[in-house]
Amino acid sequence: MTEGLRVALPKGRIFDEAVALLRRCGVPLPAELEASRRLVLAVPDAALTFILAKPSDVPTYVEYGVADVGLVGKDVLMEEEARDVYELLDLGISRCRIAVAAKPDWRPCPAPRVATKYPRIASAYFRERGQQVEIIKLNGSVELAPLVGLADRIVDIVSTGQTLRENGLVELETIAEVTTRLIANLVSYRMKSRAVDELCARLEAVIRRQRTEVAP
Amino acid sequence: MSRPRVFEKPLGMRDWLPDELAKRRRIEARVLRRMAAWGYREIETPTLEYDETVGKASATADDQRFTLFDRQGLSLVLRPDMTAPIARVVGSLLADVPLPLRLCYRASVFRRQRKEAGRSAEFPQIGVELVGDGSADADAEVIALAVDCLRAAEVARFSLAVGHMGFLTELLQVTVPEAVLRDELKRLLARRDFVGFRQAVGRSTLPDAAKERLLALLSLRGGVETLEEAARVAAGVGCGAALDTLRRLWDVLEAYGVAAHVVFDLTLIGHLGYYTGVLFEGYAADHGFPILHGGRYDHLMALFARPAPATGFALVLDRVWEVSALAPEPGPPTVMVVYDDAHRTEALQTARRLRDEGNVVVTCWVPDADAADRAAERAGGRVLCFVDKGPAACGPKTGREAR
Repeated sequence: MTEGLRVALPKGRIFDEAVALLRRCGVPLPAELEASRRLVLAVPDAALTFILAKPSDVPTYVEYGVADVGLVGKDVLMEEEARDVYELLDLGISRCRIAVAAKPDWRPCPAPRVATKYPRIASAYFRERGQQVEIIKLNGSVELAPLVGLADRIVDIVSTGQTLRENGLVELETIAEVTTRLIANLVSYRMKSRAVDELCARLEAVIRRQRTEVAP
Repeated sequence: MSRPRVFEKPLGMRDWLPDELAKRRRIEARVLRRMAAWGYREIETPTLEYDETVGKASATADDQRFTLFDRQGLSLVLRPDMTAPIARVVGSLLADVPLPLRLCYRASVFRRQRKEAGRSAEFPQIGVELVGDGSADADAEVIALAVDCLRAAEVARFSLAVGHMGFLTELLQVTVPEAVLRDELKRLLARRDFVGFRQAVGRSTLPDAAKERLLALLSLRGGVETLEEAARVAAGVGCGAALDTLRRLWDVLEAYGVAAHVVFDLTLIGHLGYYTGVLFEGYAADHGFPILHGGRYDHLMALFARPAPATGFALVLDRVWEVSALAPEPGPPTVMVVYDDAHRTEALQTARRLRDEGNVVVTCWVPDADAADRAAERAGGRVLCFVDKGPAACGPKTGREAR
C-alpha cells in the first residue's frame, strides 16, 4: 500500500494558481517544482507525492487510482464526462467560463459549423437547444477558425475575454462557469479517507478565508 | 476500424493464460467453498437471455448491453449480470421451492464500455443471492459472507462501505418537494459529484433548514457514530426504519466479528434506481476500482412473477485476482515418459500407473535413441526412457532414470 497521498496536478493554465493555493494550505511544495521538468515529485515530510500531468489526463490518473486525488478544471471534467471519480470541492481558482463566440456580424446559417477543443460539451449544448451543428475538433488556437472561415462559431474557454477581443470575436452565450475542482479516486476516498478529509479541510479553510477577504 | 488482424480480439475481451488462470481457479475454489459453507448452492444459467425480460430487468443501461437477434427477430442479450437470470429461475423453475433460497454462481457477465478501448467488457464474477429474507440479519449475512470470501481470496487490506437507499430516498422525499430537483440531486450523488450537489442545493429555493440538512448529508460517512449523526440530520423527516435497519445491521456485523471492515456512507447510491435498501461496495488497498458490489433489490423478483425481498453481492473476479496474495497451487511433479515403437505398450501402461498414483505424466514418442536423448534433454524434471540402448542423459548422475 502506498502510504501518503498522490496528488495529480495539471500543468498549464491552472498550475500556478493551484501551486499557490496548496502553499497557502501549508503544503510544503518544493521550490523547484515550477522550474523542474520532473513529472513525479515526492515530498516525504508531508507524505505527499505530486504527479504533473496534462490537464485533460488528470481525471484518468485519478480514476485508475494511480493518483489518489487531483486538481482539475470543471471544463475537463465536463468533457471527460464518464470518468468515475468523486468531485469533492470547488477550489474557486482559475475561474473562467465556457462560451460560444463568433464574429460580430454572425447570423444563423443553414449548415452551422462550430470549432472547439471541447467536442462533447459543445455537442451536448447545441443538442439540448435543439440545434444540429457540425462540430469540428481543434487542438488549439480555436479563435482562428471563424477568422479563416473554417467555422462560423467557436466554443472555448474565456477568462478575461482579451483573446476574443484581439481577434475581433464577441461572446454570444455562456455554456458553463468553470473553476478548479478537487477530485478523488473511489477507493482512495475510502482507504485513505483520513488523508483525503484532512486535505479537504485545509483547502476549505483557505477557500473560506479567501472568500471573506474578497467580500467587501 | 479496419479488418481485424489475426492476433486481435474484440475490444474489452481478454485471454487467461495457464498460470493466470491457475491462480484465478484457486481463488474461485476457495471462495466457492466459503459460499457452500454458508449454505449457498451453485447455479448456472445460460449466457444468452431475452433482452426484453432479463436484459431490461438488469441494472445495465441500454447502450451497455450486448444485444443480438435470434431467428424470430427477438432481441437476445449477453447476460449483463447474474442477478436477473437468477431471479428468473427463482420465479419459474424454482417457483415451488420455499423461500429463503441461497444461491451462488461463478460466471462471466458482459457490458459494453462507453469509454476507451482498453476497458473490460467481459467480467468474470463470483457472487451470491439470498432471496426471500428481508431482515437486517439477511443484509448482514451477505456482508459477513463477502468479508469471509475476501479473506479466503487473501485480499490483504480491504474495506466495505455501506449505505441505505431507503434513508436517502426518504430524506430527499420529505426535504425536497419538487420531483425535478429531487431527481437531479439523486443523479448528482450517483455521479459522486458533491460540488454539483452543493451548487444545486445552493441555487434552489428551499428553506435554509432544508438546505442545511441536504448539505449535512454529504458528511454522513464513517464508523457507527455516523448513524447517530444521521439520526440528528434526519430528525423530523422520517428515515427511522432505515436507521433502525442500519443499527441492527451493525449489531449483527459485530456479532459476526466483521464490523471492523465496514464503514457507513449514506451518500452511496450505486446503480441508479436498482437497489432499494442496504447497499455496499468493497475496496482493496492498491486497486483503483471497487472489487465488490452488492445490496438489496426488493423490487426485482416481482418482475419475475414472484415478489420477494432479495439481496446479494458479486466479486469482480479479475480485480480480486489482481490484489489476491494467493499463488497458483503447486501441482504434482511432472514425469516424462519417452518411448519408441518397440516399448510402446510397456511405456504407456507405466504412464497410466503413474497417473493413477497422482503424478502428471506426459509421453513422448521417439524414433530412435538419439531423439530420446534430445527429448530427455528438453524435459525439465523426471524422465523415464523406454528406448533400446538407453540414452546417456538417462543416468543417475543427471537425476533422470533410465529404464
